[in-house]
Amino acid sequence: MKKLLTGNEAIARGAFEAGVTVAAAYPGTPSTEILENIAGYPEIYAEWSPNEKVALEVGIGASIAGARVLVAMKHVGVNVAADPLLTLAYTGVNGGLVLVSADDPGMHSSQNEQDNRYYAKFAQIPLLEPSDSQEAKEMLIEAYRLSEQFDTPVLFRTTTRVAHSQSLVELGEREEVPLKEYVKNAQKYVMLPAHGRMRHPIVEERREKLALYNETSAFNRIERGSSKIGIITSGIAYQYVKEAVPEASVLKLGMTYPLPKKLISSFVDSVETCYVVEELEPFLEEQLKAWGLKVIGKELFPRVGELSSELVAAKLSLGQSQHEVAASSAAPIPVRPPVLCPGCPHRGVYYVINKLRLKVAGDIGCYTLGATPPLSSMDTCICMGASISGALGMEKARGKEFARGLVAVIGDSTFMHSGMTGLVDVVYNGGTTTTLILDNSTTAMTGHQDHPATGMTLGKKQFKQIDLEQLVRALGVERVQVVDPYDLKAVEEALKTEVAIEEPSVIIFKRPCVLLKGHAPEGCVTVEQEKCKACGMCRKLGCPALVFKGDKPAVNATLCNGCGLCIQVCRFGAIREVE
Amino acid sequence: MEKTTNILLVGVGGQGTILASKILGHVAQNLGAEVKVSEIHGMSQRGGSVVTQVRFGEKVYSPVIAPGTADVILAFEKLEALRWLPFLKEGGVMIVNNQEIDPMPVIMGAAEYPQDIFRTLESAARTVKVPALAMAEACGSVKSVNVVLLGVLAKSLGLDEEVWLDALIHCVPKKTIEVNKKAFLQGYQFAG
Repeated sequence: MKKLLTGNEAIARGAFEAGVTVAAAYPGTPSTEILENIAGYPEIYAEWSPNEKVALEVGIGASIAGARVLVAMKHVGVNVAADPLLTLAYTGVNGGLVLVSADDPGMHSSQNEQDNRYYAKFAQIPLLEPSDSQEAKEMLIEAYRLSEQFDTPVLFRTTTRVAHSQSLVELGEREEVPLKEYVKNAQKYVMLPAHGRMRHPIVEERREKLALYNETSAFNRIERGSSKIGIITSGIAYQYVKEAVPEASVLKLGMTYPLPKKLISSFVDSVETCYVVEELEPFLEEQLKAWGLKVIGKELFPRVGELSSELVAAKLSLGQSQHEVAASSAAPIPVRPPVLCPGCPHRGVYYVINKLRLKVAGDIGCYTLGATPPLSSMDTCICMGASISGALGMEKARGKEFARGLVAVIGDSTFMHSGMTGLVDVVYNGGTTTTLILDNSTTAMTGHQDHPATGMTLGKKQFKQIDLEQLVRALGVERVQVVDPYDLKAVEEALKTEVAIEEPSVIIFKRPCVLLKGHAPEGCVTVEQEKCKACGMCRKLGCPALVFKGDKPAVNATLCNGCGLCIQVCRFGAIREVE
Repeated sequence: MEKTTNILLVGVGGQGTILASKILGHVAQNLGAEVKVSEIHGMSQRGGSVVTQVRFGEKVYSPVIAPGTADVILAFEKLEALRWLPFLKEGGVMIVNNQEIDPMPVIMGAAEYPQDIFRTLESAARTVKVPALAMAEACGSVKSVNVVLLGVLAKSLGLDEEVWLDALIHCVPKKTIEVNKKAFLQGYQFAG
């Protein structure tokens, strides 16, 4: 039976068919749906881990214990997991272990566009790159055989256009793979220096064996066409090449580390001109050129952003004329950036931060949207967890007085991910800044995944909920309060008090995300036009439910849920609840 | 079905573009075509600009549609229709929901919502104007705007409604099948 699946759904299906029994991840676009779909297979234990490092460590434990394991994350998540990854490369596996890295060329929803293929080379582990959903499923199943045959973790790299594109997939049966026997083997799994030294040469030998295997591996194939143009490519770039240059000879590489030198050399020799078409970094090209092969790559193709079939055609100047566009608009088209939803509990906090002109060391999640106008309340955003530690750094650089005008802003899920250690540092090293935990009881940005402080697992089982307030106190912060972000007066009072005090403090602004089922406030507001003085105060909230057709606001009743912030900011009593 | 059909669905986060593209993908599968559906949905629930792309035919490689190659643009909002107009091919069809959703720069007063969008669209391409929000409301749910528009698309593509209804039943939540069927037929019978 064929089914239309995204790359992520196909990977989940592949894990199921390959007999995987343990899977772990932290949500991150474009990787999130892999675990969400795996959670639908009762044969597999699936969890949201608090961060990617923990997810991989759970995976490593399960593999050593004999299970086939899948661990998934977005590209920047691999940075978090890099520590265990590079040692896992030494220990190897017992049950097969595949690490999926979902990269995001073009930065559709990421802070950078790093090319994670280098992680395979860095860790010296095999790298697979599927180019559509069917291939993602097939390759993943093969990846487990490869992992177990060569005693190695496998890096499985997708990109947004593979992860989030649907194509048809032939479904297969699950192969029940019994747990491998668990045998204590300290020399393999206890990486103290003496053991690590013994493992490193094994890693080198393994790389050579893998390169030899890759010469004849089914992951790679040559599609013969014209001998004038040859193209070496992998991943989604293969699809762009096939569409743009159907006549070319193509060497499609599925396993892109370690590379098959003979196969590639003979392909290069078989064509007049050989191009390397790859998204982002010259990962393949550098190796080919280091071997002395004459290929053309980044001289033509950009290292920035996504490729496309038009771009490939244009760069190879194949005489394809630009398509006839129906028309374009002469009028300026306003951009439509994502915004905090109507009724979002973060809005009130940012409104007050903006009003008090506080500096904000920010973090990653929905609340990052507070960075854009009109709220404009974020000074930094680097990576998950960098807010609190970043604020401490600012304070250490500029002194305690600076900290009186500074807050760190982080979400509940992000605090669980990697905020706690930053807060410990603030307490330990005498920081005095105020940390705001915007607790909306979910991981909202990626689509409402649970985490330890929601008390619910990926499989929707209720467990003991981590109490943020108690946790923060246990980390050594004595000044902790919980405030309702819908109450602007209380928000302002709490902020003013805490930033003024020279000791570490935490304010937990607690209100569930309005998109969480059963938590949206019910109601709607209306504007009494005669009372409205068009002062523009409510405009500063940046609420999409307030519509301005002139100077005075009107309310879009289909969007408004009556959170009441605009009622509080209106000085003229012109906005009231609809009875 | 030798040629590849390219359909771009554009709208605002929360309008149901992604579900619509799923249904459309299912339709293409029902027709026995190779199909690819591509979406960018990191910001989909946050009122941002959302685009999904559906390509089907005998053989489909790239999951993304190039500028000037869309056969149909199904726009869930007027401004988004205008934004994506350059993706429509010469002779392509623009199906547009007659609904305005102000983006944040307009709400803030930093930009203006363009006037005369329909005039621009109509002078550029065959444009079908659909009061989809009102039609959806009349069917019992404002959320079925996406399915009303799919109905109009179905008619425009000249494809049999049975194939669509089957896809619809497969893709929407069980509780909403009846409302969505009604919405689809409203769209299908709409003469714009």
